[in-house]
Amino acid sequence: MTILSGCGSRGGEKAQKTEPATEVLKDNKQAIQDVKQAEKIFQSLPSPLESAMLIKSAGAKFDRKFLNALDNAKNYSTNRSQALNLGIYTCDLSFASLYDQTQLIIDYMNAAKKMADGLGILDAINQSTIDELEENINNTEVIMKIVSETFLNSNSYLADNDQPAIASIVLVGGWMEGLYIATQLVDEKEFNGNKLVGRIIDQKLSIGVLLSLLDSNKENPAVGDLIAQMNKLKIVFDKINITAKPIKTEIDKTTNVTILRSEVTTDMSLATFKDLSNVVAQIRSSFVK
Amino acid sequence: MNAMRIIRIISVLTLFIAIATLNVDAQCKAFAKNDCLPTLHPYIHDGNYHAAVLVEGEEAELYKTFYSDMDYRVAIIGENKLPDVEFKVYDEDKNIIYSNKDNNYAKTWDFKLESSKQLRLVVKVNTVKKPGDIPASGCVAIMFGFKIKK
Repeated sequence: MTILSGCGSRGGEKAQKTEPATEVLKDNKQAIQDVKQAEKIFQSLPSPLESAMLIKSAGAKFDRKFLNALDNAKNYSTNRSQALNLGIYTCDLSFASLYDQTQLIIDYMNAAKKMADGLGILDAINQSTIDELEENINNTEVIMKIVSETFLNSNSYLADNDQPAIASIVLVGGWMEGLYIATQLVDEKEFNGNKLVGRIIDQKLSIGVLLSLLDSNKENPAVGDLIAQMNKLKIVFDKINITAKPIKTEIDKTTNVTILRSEVTTDMSLATFKDLSNVVAQIRSSFVK
Repeated sequence: MNAMRIIRIISVLTLFIAIATLNVDAQCKAFAKNDCLPTLHPYIHDGNYHAAVLVEGEEAELYKTFYSDMDYRVAIIGENKLPDVEFKVYDEDKNIIYSNKDNNYAKTWDFKLESSKQLRLVVKVNTVKKPGDIPASGCVAIMFGFKIKK
């Protein structure tokens, strides 16, 4: 969780109306500007669980070789590396959970526990968590709830103990791992119309939020390095165009679910995708080394 | 009053305020888990934590990307001692997509998107006190859940 303090007036409300398609968050300046005008702000990146779910829902196959090696856990001794890899291992854990990789679920929960313990996050993941996981190893929904709860325990502990910089680094680690796994799983021979490619393009929408989150914690030296790395990523995301028409809402009377309808066109060339994959791989490699 | 005594008093007050702040935050964590999290059922909580102490009339904002083909529930819950908590959802052009005020200050909203979007949620604690009264303050938690696609 990140809360920024600021002052000044907010942008006015506008009634919904038909407008021509506009480029989404051009250079993310609008998001950053809005942040500066607000009082209390939460920047919410996709959690590791949500990132893994996005990959699964795009129809991607599981491939263990793209997860961070369990052996690497012993190499992480600084707060920065432990925070990044708490996010990374939690994303890998979520990925393994969604694909019913029973032994890996236990192994990656233990790796995440090692990172949380190293950061001094008390009881985020304890022995009873591991026991509960083992007892329900074939029940995906219960496993998801356990993963969600342990991540909530970690980031609420960090927020409540005035460690927002560490909390933001954990989120960046998880988000980058999801992006890394997604880019590695794309088959370039089936690039056009690939749903996973669509999910990767969607991540452009979060880069402004991510930079705002880091910017609010930039006094932390570890965060300063991350900002430089994420700016490299933004340069590539800026080559992707997303054009959207205004949202029209519709309510499904039977389920009471609101459907937000909007036409969106996107374009990312194979060359840009390769650039993105390379930059993501370089950054992720620096996180897990 | 000598300087040492003033420093001692300031130190004690600072410590008291720090402990009080930590207690309030800890209450928010427990409140989020005990009162907000259950309202997400049957959706799976994404694991993120957003909670803060808000005073009557105060606003908070949240930015988040939501993805197509996912079913979402947002739960925004304030402590009982607070007046109604209003929330509005805006698109990137500042158009209002949803307001819980039109739905009797509903505490949850279920939605899905045809295409992925970044949305802005604006949360405001209503004001009921008259000028001069001490405004109420309490925890407000914002949590998101999604459904697992088989």
